[in-house]
Amino acid sequence: MEAAQEVGRLKGTARNTRKLILESLAEAGSGHPGGSLSAVELLVTLFFHTMKYDAKNPAWPDRDRFFLSKGHAAPLLYAILAQAGFFPVEELMTLRKMGARLQGHPSLGIPGVEAPAGSEGIGLSLGVGASLAARLDRRTSRTYVLMGDGEQQEGEVWEAAMAASKYRLDNLTAIIDRNGIQQDGLTEQIMPLEPLASKWRAFNWNVIEVDGYDFLQLIDGFDLAASTRNRPTVIIAHTVKGKGISFMEWSPHYHGTAPAKDKLSDVLSELK
Amino acid sequence: MSSGRQAAMRDAYGDALLELGASNPQVVVLGADTTGSLKSGVFANKFPGRFFNVGIAEQNLIGTAAGFALAGKIPFAGTYAIFVPGKCVDQIRNNIAYPNLSVKIVCSHGGISVGPDGASHQQVEDIAIMRSIPRMNVVVPADAVSTKATVKGIADIPGPFYVRLARPSTPLVYESGFEYRHGKAEVIRDGSDVVLIACGIMVPEAVRAAASLERRGMSAAVVDLHTVKPVDSQTIVKFAQKCGGVVTAEEHNVIGGMGSAVAEVLGESRPTPMRRVGVMDTFGESGEAGELMKKYGLTSSDIEGAAVSLTSARR
Repeated sequence: MEAAQEVGRLKGTARNTRKLILESLAEAGSGHPGGSLSAVELLVTLFFHTMKYDAKNPAWPDRDRFFLSKGHAAPLLYAILAQAGFFPVEELMTLRKMGARLQGHPSLGIPGVEAPAGSEGIGLSLGVGASLAARLDRRTSRTYVLMGDGEQQEGEVWEAAMAASKYRLDNLTAIIDRNGIQQDGLTEQIMPLEPLASKWRAFNWNVIEVDGYDFLQLIDGFDLAASTRNRPTVIIAHTVKGKGISFMEWSPHYHGTAPAKDKLSDVLSELK
Repeated sequence: MSSGRQAAMRDAYGDALLELGASNPQVVVLGADTTGSLKSGVFANKFPGRFFNVGIAEQNLIGTAAGFALAGKIPFAGTYAIFVPGKCVDQIRNNIAYPNLSVKIVCSHGGISVGPDGASHQQVEDIAIMRSIPRMNVVVPADAVSTKATVKGIADIPGPFYVRLARPSTPLVYESGFEYRHGKAEVIRDGSDVVLIACGIMVPEAVRAAASLERRGMSAAVVDLHTVKPVDSQTIVKFAQKCGGVVTAEEHNVIGGMGSAVAEVLGESRPTPMRRVGVMDTFGESGEAGELMKKYGLTSSDIEGAAVSLTSARR
């Protein structure tokens, strides 16, 4: 019963997160809905169940750190951070506007944002450095890095993967938003990634595959990652690009096209 | 500079890291399979827990260093210059400079004095690349003494740095000591007919050129513009005004390097006749350092020749 209650709470937060993503993107008139909507449950689980942090003291040294590597999912990260109390929810409507803090891609100076992002494939290395530093300082805090699946095509991801297993970074968890679609089309057509799980296993990572919309699987996955010793964990979350909005699902077009402002109420009515 | 003593900047880098390691527990050192050569290995022996060799993976070297800085550490990361500014410009820009992180990138083997390895290993574009990145500081020390002082000095200055060292042992310019003053050029010698502005291993060449010019009856000032960015506009303009002619000397492409930085300052503040001594927009080749410096026009006599031609053109 307790688990069902927790899942119900997280589902409500996920629904509200999608609403905030779509509203802020429609207001901005540009941005990336597809890869924001696909990963909602992943971040909701992290920020509202798994991670420890203090929104009133973002620099708390013992916090868990979250690095967004797929920087185009900025609307998702901002919606999460606002709901977590790092800044007012109303500020989401300033996304991508001149003079606003909420840059098109994450940048420092936005409370809760740990590092800038936008160039693909360079976020996991930050996680490696931060995890090594946490170990050096004997902190129990953990590091999480959300990557897109398309950016698995970048070489630096695998440089960082090697380093993380060399240093047995069991305080590091990577998450891959495996929605199968990149800007030009299907990942398996543009530059095939499969067998993706085998690749990560071959790099000596603990690999966990989950349904990216099943909160119990996500909670268990992060718990299992935290209890795994001597190896970093990657959670491959099977997801759907544009999840939740029928015409955005599985659509490369909505990788980088914001919903029209005058259609917003129709779009939002789809949210369950 | 008189005794003719030489020393390697890389040894000085290792010495500086050892002292920093003892005095500042936040300092960590990262390398990429060249740590024996760069002498960062001496830090590894003394402080193994704070040393990380990430293998031949320079982009991850930079990204990991950024991660350390985000967690409050002061990382010194480096390998050969040819593998960093060019190969990792995206990581340097987006992971380090944009968030203004205190990552200190120290690279050896800058310029063509790398020698027999040939053009593939001779980095003559790094100053241009790094200088064009907002928030990045660029320092090119003149010798081993100033290298040590620089490496120790920048540890306490917040923000990203690129320090470029040379491979060979080079003449000591600052045997009597050097204090790193950020963004402040070092005036090595005063003069009134021409100012020779140099950085890196071209500084001792400029000093030699000035002595030779003196024998010809020309009074040459010598300025060590070690901090290429932020550039010391005040000193540049002051000496341009005083001498009326400027010769720059760098072991780098003449496009975009230290000479360009000087030209930018003078073009806006005090247009002054000048000559740039440097690699003339070409690639190097295999050869001993001395042979290459001669062939590519990077010796004291090239500086002297530029000063003489500049002065006769002004008459």
